[in-house]
Amino acid sequence: MASQKGGTLDKNNKYDRQLRLWGDHGQSALETARVCLINASATGTEILKNLILPGIGSFTILDGNKVEGEDVGNNFFLTVDSIGKSRAQVATELLSELNEDVSGDFLEENVDDLLQKNPAFFTSFTTVIATQLPERTLLDLGRVLWTANIPLLVCRCYGFIGYLRVVIKEHTIIESHPDNFHEDLRLDYPFQGLKDYCDSLNLDTMEKKAHSHTPWLVLLYKYLQIWEEQHGGKMPKNYKEKMAFKDLIKGGVRKNEHGVPEEEENFDEAVKSVNSSLHATGIPSDIKALFEDPSCLKLNSESKNFWVMVRALKEFTETDGNGFLPLRGSIPDMTADSERYIQLQTVYREQAELDSVAVAGHVHALLHNIGRIVSCLSRVESFPRKPAAAIVLGLDPRLAPAVVLILCKNGGQTPLETAVRKTKIRDFNIATGSSFLLFCVFISASVAKISSMHRTYA
Amino acid sequence: METDWSGRWDHLQKIVERGGPFAHPDFEPSPEILSFLKETCKILVIGAGGLGCELLKDLALMGFRDIHVIDMDTIDVSNLNRQFLFRARDVGKAKADVAAAFINARVPGCKVTPHYAKIQDFDDSFYRDFHIVVCGLDSIIARRWMNGMLISLLTYEDGELDQSSLIPMVDGGTEGFKGNARVILPGITASGVGIDGDDPKHIQWILEKSQERANEYNISGITYRLTQGVVKRIMPAVASTNAVIAASCATETFKIATSCCLPLNNYMNFNDTNGVYTYTFEAERLEGCLACSNKPQTMNFSETDKLQDIITYLQENASLQMKAPGVTTSMGGKNKTLYMQTVKSIEAKTRDNLKLSLKELGLEDGQELYVADVTTPNTLTFQLRIATTMDNS
Repeated sequence: MASQKGGTLDKNNKYDRQLRLWGDHGQSALETARVCLINASATGTEILKNLILPGIGSFTILDGNKVEGEDVGNNFFLTVDSIGKSRAQVATELLSELNEDVSGDFLEENVDDLLQKNPAFFTSFTTVIATQLPERTLLDLGRVLWTANIPLLVCRCYGFIGYLRVVIKEHTIIESHPDNFHEDLRLDYPFQGLKDYCDSLNLDTMEKKAHSHTPWLVLLYKYLQIWEEQHGGKMPKNYKEKMAFKDLIKGGVRKNEHGVPEEEENFDEAVKSVNSSLHATGIPSDIKALFEDPSCLKLNSESKNFWVMVRALKEFTETDGNGFLPLRGSIPDMTADSERYIQLQTVYREQAELDSVAVAGHVHALLHNIGRIVSCLSRVESFPRKPAAAIVLGLDPRLAPAVVLILCKNGGQTPLETAVRKTKIRDFNIATGSSFLLFCVFISASVAKISSMHRTYA
Repeated sequence: METDWSGRWDHLQKIVERGGPFAHPDFEPSPEILSFLKETCKILVIGAGGLGCELLKDLALMGFRDIHVIDMDTIDVSNLNRQFLFRARDVGKAKADVAAAFINARVPGCKVTPHYAKIQDFDDSFYRDFHIVVCGLDSIIARRWMNGMLISLLTYEDGELDQSSLIPMVDGGTEGFKGNARVILPGITASGVGIDGDDPKHIQWILEKSQERANEYNISGITYRLTQGVVKRIMPAVASTNAVIAASCATETFKIATSCCLPLNNYMNFNDTNGVYTYTFEAERLEGCLACSNKPQTMNFSETDKLQDIITYLQENASLQMKAPGVTTSMGGKNKTLYMQTVKSIEAKTRDNLKLSLKELGLEDGQELYVADVTTPNTLTFQLRIATTMDNS
């Protein structure tokens, strides 16, 4: 630990618990966020607190009010000796203490005046959060930000009631860090490299030690072949069949000279993995929906990189991928000798790289078709071993193994006219207001959500 | 410092001095409610971590002034991304002390009393004094112990619960983008029922070892983070989820203390991994839940089983998960210690019993075993059901 540079390590330590949720790439996205808070109300400072702690890039508080006695009563980031001073300034000072990596600024000015005088002020941020703002002002503000395509989050609290609205045209996420995903093993449709590797191993002729250290993935492959031969080429599907398949695997455990089965941990693992590993490989429905999105089908010179990527993926699945997404390329840990584990890992990784290069080919062709310069072409060529998708978008390739992590999109909502719906987005930087006068407000710098109230009080 | 400046309680007064359509049916608005919060109500917060920091802030702003906080931990760098009462200069200090000092300085009139200790360090005379206990714990064992303690404080008269002996517990928990909050009335509603992987040197050693192996075999992508995550089950944690759950817990505490609104009934689940999802349901009390009742549990063994098998059962049974159970019984009117790990001299004297069968120990079918463990403040009674070898065959 001591050998590493202090600064980087410090951040790694400080942010450790959240990096486990959104990774280094999510963190760097968060660190580029420039957030504007309108009104340093109790709700407002709570939201900022929860954004400053995980480390947004910067914040600016816009508030033309002076601190009053009642503000100090419910706002943790105002003090009694600040009564009469600028609320924006006092809150900025106390919030800035929370994280030295975040730079804070304030502007003591009336929102309506500023909207008249200098609307460009608002479009210099990546996100604007408005609390306790009257509707008239909101409509003007909403128009400015909608045109500039900058997310606006609107929150208001009253007693035990509160709401949050999200005004945003489209928000796309690459690397959505799914909570629980299946390993991408392709046992049902083994690719050539996997077939070749598994076929090169012969369980019957192995030494005892090699037998008990053959990776369970190979065991599953082998016993699936036997099963499929007996069942017209079909995988075990229901519970009963899976139980029978497990018995088939168990029957392969070596026996000693007294006919007693040896302890072979890899066979135990193979049996345990049957349920989780034999799911059918396919394209998830949410990604299929993206493939049919007009933004994907009708690319033009203005299309976002995201949609170019989606289209490239779609074309991959229709051609090289034979109906599947690119291989993820990672395998789980398992009992095995290091040599064969590495070999197996390499088999998967090499296929993933092939797939990535194919996707990159589609990306290049698409970019060419819509008349865009392929600036990343040379990079793809010089780093052929890294997942192409990641390179195209400038991500950390380790964090975006192939392209399957991609992709979600919210419904486009018109400014301030539609009630907020639950967005189908997951993102990393959610913050929450919590204190007296607000019960549940959930916000993120780029996307936000609304919660339901348990009980209301008027 | 001025503690009651003009306007300070304006918002709270609107809640407790006015009625309304959503108020609790029995709610009677009164200025005395605020006085009760400020002058009488005594709250215990357990844990000064992610939830604890938020809870202290919320409760202090809601008018509570006599707050105690217990935490046995010191501040680590990895706490700073959410435990907002701590700064880099506080690393290594006791969480309870730093948190209490911060709140006391920021919220005039609020007096938070810190206890840098374990909950097991205090007895019933300490816990009896509180009106409400709020838990922000990341340990199931501690949570269960606390619940057990509050149940043990209940007194009954002619079979009727003495309401004044009941101390409500509001409990919160978070992991990543998920969390829950619940209101537990000990003995009435359902109860809520590790490896040292935190030592950086230890983790670093494992990291170095795995890197050696990785280099040897060309494995990529091994990091400190990954190593640590594998060695101990580290919970991902963010400020926002803690804030949501703590806000909910503080609101429930306020509602119980003031009766202004009906409390949560009784378990709220929160998940904003994908959109925002909350769901509230009434968790029912389990018959035979160890934490909820003092009824003797039954254990089934055969007479050839060894005492060690009982100890293993106590440690591995999913609903028990004891750490170092001590087992005593009563034989011929005398108490007999069968095995006790926690006291060295007794451990030495009773160690040989582990290898003896239940028959050899003279234990009979129906015999009661009394089990003490750090996971529960009370001694649990088990009734031993012993199958003879014949029954077994």
